[in-house]
Amino acid sequence: MCPINKKNNRMKPLKIVVLAKQVPDTRNVGPDAMKPDGTVNRAILPTIFNPDDLHALEFALQIKDKIEGTQVIVLTMGPKRAADIVREGYYRGADYGLMVSDRRFGGADTLATSYTLAMTIKKIGDVDMVLAGVQAIDGDTAQTGPQTAEKINFPQVTYVEEIIGLGNNEITVKRRLDKGIEIVKAPIPVLMTVNGTFDKCRSRNAKKLLKYKYARTNTELAREEDYIKEMVEQRPYLHIPEWNVEDIEAELSKIGLAGSPTKVNKVESIVMKASEAKVLSDSQEDIDLMVGELISSHVIG
Amino acid sequence: MDNFYLDTPDFRFQFEHPLMEKIIRLKENDFEDKDKYDYAPVNVKDTIDSYDKTMEVVGDICANVIAPNAESVDKEGGARLVNGHVEYAKGTAENYEALYKAGLIGMSLPRKYSGLNFPMVPYVMAAEMVSRADASFTNIWGLQDCAETIREFADEDQKMRYLPRFNKEGATAAMVLTEPDAGSDLQAVQLKAEYDEEKGVWLLNGVKRFITNGDADIALVMARSEPGTTDARGISLFIYDRSSDAVTVRHLEHKLGIIGSPTTELVFKDAPAELLGKRKFGLIKYVMALMNSARLGIGAQSVGIAEAAYREAVKYANEREQFGSKILEFPQVYEMLTNMKAQLDGIRALLYETTRYVDITKAYDDLKNSKGLDKEQRMDMKKYSKLADVFTPLIKLFGSEYANSIAYDSLQIHGGTGFTTDFPIERIYRDARITSIYEGTSQLQVIAAIRGVTTHVFSSAIKEYNASLDDSYSEYKTKLEKLTIEYNDAIEYVTSKSNKEILEFHSRRLVEMAGNIIITYLLLLDSQRDEKYLKSARVFLRIAESDNEAKKAYIYNFEDSDLDEYKYK
Repeated sequence: MCPINKKNNRMKPLKIVVLAKQVPDTRNVGPDAMKPDGTVNRAILPTIFNPDDLHALEFALQIKDKIEGTQVIVLTMGPKRAADIVREGYYRGADYGLMVSDRRFGGADTLATSYTLAMTIKKIGDVDMVLAGVQAIDGDTAQTGPQTAEKINFPQVTYVEEIIGLGNNEITVKRRLDKGIEIVKAPIPVLMTVNGTFDKCRSRNAKKLLKYKYARTNTELAREEDYIKEMVEQRPYLHIPEWNVEDIEAELSKIGLAGSPTKVNKVESIVMKASEAKVLSDSQEDIDLMVGELISSHVIG
Repeated sequence: MDNFYLDTPDFRFQFEHPLMEKIIRLKENDFEDKDKYDYAPVNVKDTIDSYDKTMEVVGDICANVIAPNAESVDKEGGARLVNGHVEYAKGTAENYEALYKAGLIGMSLPRKYSGLNFPMVPYVMAAEMVSRADASFTNIWGLQDCAETIREFADEDQKMRYLPRFNKEGATAAMVLTEPDAGSDLQAVQLKAEYDEEKGVWLLNGVKRFITNGDADIALVMARSEPGTTDARGISLFIYDRSSDAVTVRHLEHKLGIIGSPTTELVFKDAPAELLGKRKFGLIKYVMALMNSARLGIGAQSVGIAEAAYREAVKYANEREQFGSKILEFPQVYEMLTNMKAQLDGIRALLYETTRYVDITKAYDDLKNSKGLDKEQRMDMKKYSKLADVFTPLIKLFGSEYANSIAYDSLQIHGGTGFTTDFPIERIYRDARITSIYEGTSQLQVIAAIRGVTTHVFSSAIKEYNASLDDSYSEYKTKLEKLTIEYNDAIEYVTSKSNKEILEFHSRRLVEMAGNIIITYLLLLDSQRDEKYLKSARVFLRIAESDNEAKKAYIYNFEDSDLDEYKYK
């Protein structure tokens, strides 16, 4: 094992897949972020690279900085416009990008999503490490990473916030838990979910940005100007592959809505109102009353 | 996510200026790099898109790394002196690292030296954003100008050895000019350069003072190479590489502002150095060129400070309530804010106009050296280089003076709160102060810009601006034509006295009269492309009219014999 801050040229290069999701920016929501029926109004929310996934990308890039020849592949599953995620990956230092996009994948819960991702990872082949953010801000389940690990039969380490050491067939990391931390060593191959407390992702690099700004999927390319079409044809690295159900050899019954047993029972749109005010004194009685109310209304506890 | 590029649409507006296409075509030279470098543009539209996208990265780093670090850098007291070397403040080091990793260092260098081949317009824009985030950091960013000097005047071998280091290693730079007894008067430089025949290198000995970022990786050092000389012709320029470890930092200045920017006193002891360009051309040619781009850089720094100060003022005036209303609603306060905005828009318009002139001149110069110019191009180059020469001191003068007054007014709007360290305005106010002093004081800018007055370069620029104004602007045209006649009359009145001292006495007034007219025209021209600038143009016209009227009165009411009352004997 050697410390992560030193470059090591003798180590075996790794093939790393980063799972990245395009999500609505739920952190900067206005009053009309939810539709009257209680679902997210995706049309008005800007889409962003899921924040935790950016930390996962940084994790991968740090390993690439350290082990020469390491390949970082950004994999995103989503609608056509999610190609932005692949480009963002290129701008920050990824070597390859891949879209899994097919109408038939739509409506997937975490079970169907993890199946789809697992099939894609198997298709990519010879993957040493899979990294993902702990959770996506649009669902906050934190299930997709762990479920994917099970399906590709990789050991998993969740809530990683620091790389402690990297060896030829093992990695030591620090996990952030509710109460404290844990240092764990895992064999490679491995799947890890990266916490928001991991280093902030590096910014875009100007040369990479200018090199990859015309990276396009075929779907996108159809609507572009001629000089861009010509450029993508001449420079194969600008072509972003889009894999469909057949490409990853997925079973139709396990993907999309059909493969998703999760059914949403009820969605409640909670509108915070500050119409009522209650003045409490610092007496024990009033404090007990307040704590009791906070617990019963699930604000705490 | 905050972004200093995206939150200021005035930047993109500059990329849409009609002269940009000319600059890009000259700079990219038929897009000759397009098949050689995977990041080179293929056409004009693609090039502007590349500037736009790259500036977005700069805006991101400025808003999310540099600006949040500014307070701690200032409070920490800036850099420290450790064993004769400079150690940046923590935030300063982080800022540089972020820009370096983003591949932004050396952006204006040609691609063969690992740069992005960007013209000055985006480079100046980046400097402006950096300055809004932390004015003190602009100096460390802006000293990449030294790379430009190496590119223009060094030999190919030196270029290949030094230039790629900026982008690849994040090399820092310094321009080592001033000495204890050679500040504004650079021809008094005494640092000794002697050629050591045995070692085959030049050795530098002596002391330099007030050197910004003096402990940089690559330093351009001005030294006296011709023993026995006392003037500019005995001075050459040298490249010193920090890895030789023959220069120690003796002292770090304690300053009022730009605390994060280390100001060093350097001791050279047999420091090996390479001659840059030709002997004896150090000051008269190379440093003059270097100073010109540094002055433009201070212009950018000034506009960035003004932007920061204005934003703080609006924010505070909108939040603070007194006498039952927001202070923004009081006439004296809103007048101040509106004037600040007009001045800010005005110096920004002047900054980018000047930068375009500089860009065209530089691009022609490169073309001249590589392919040669035809007659038409030579004439065109001459026109733009004349403009660049006098507009550069003009933006340095106006930018820095307005940055100071905008910071002053912003602090005033904050009241007593602004005088405390709880708000950023006190730092901005302190940082602004240096801009009218270094890289040539305002008084020296006037001396450089007065040539634009007496040789009528400003007057012909004004004439051209007037011709480009729409007929629908006749109301403003009439007023500006009147101001122009009065300005030209004042020049005639002062110069006809054939008294150098009287001319120098009135020179600042004349230069500022020209500047007021030029800025108003530029704002009006901008408003033809985007009407939101019309308000600032109208407000600035009022400032120009009243200010020029006062100057005119001063000039005409002044008898030659009055001069004696001002002299100190």
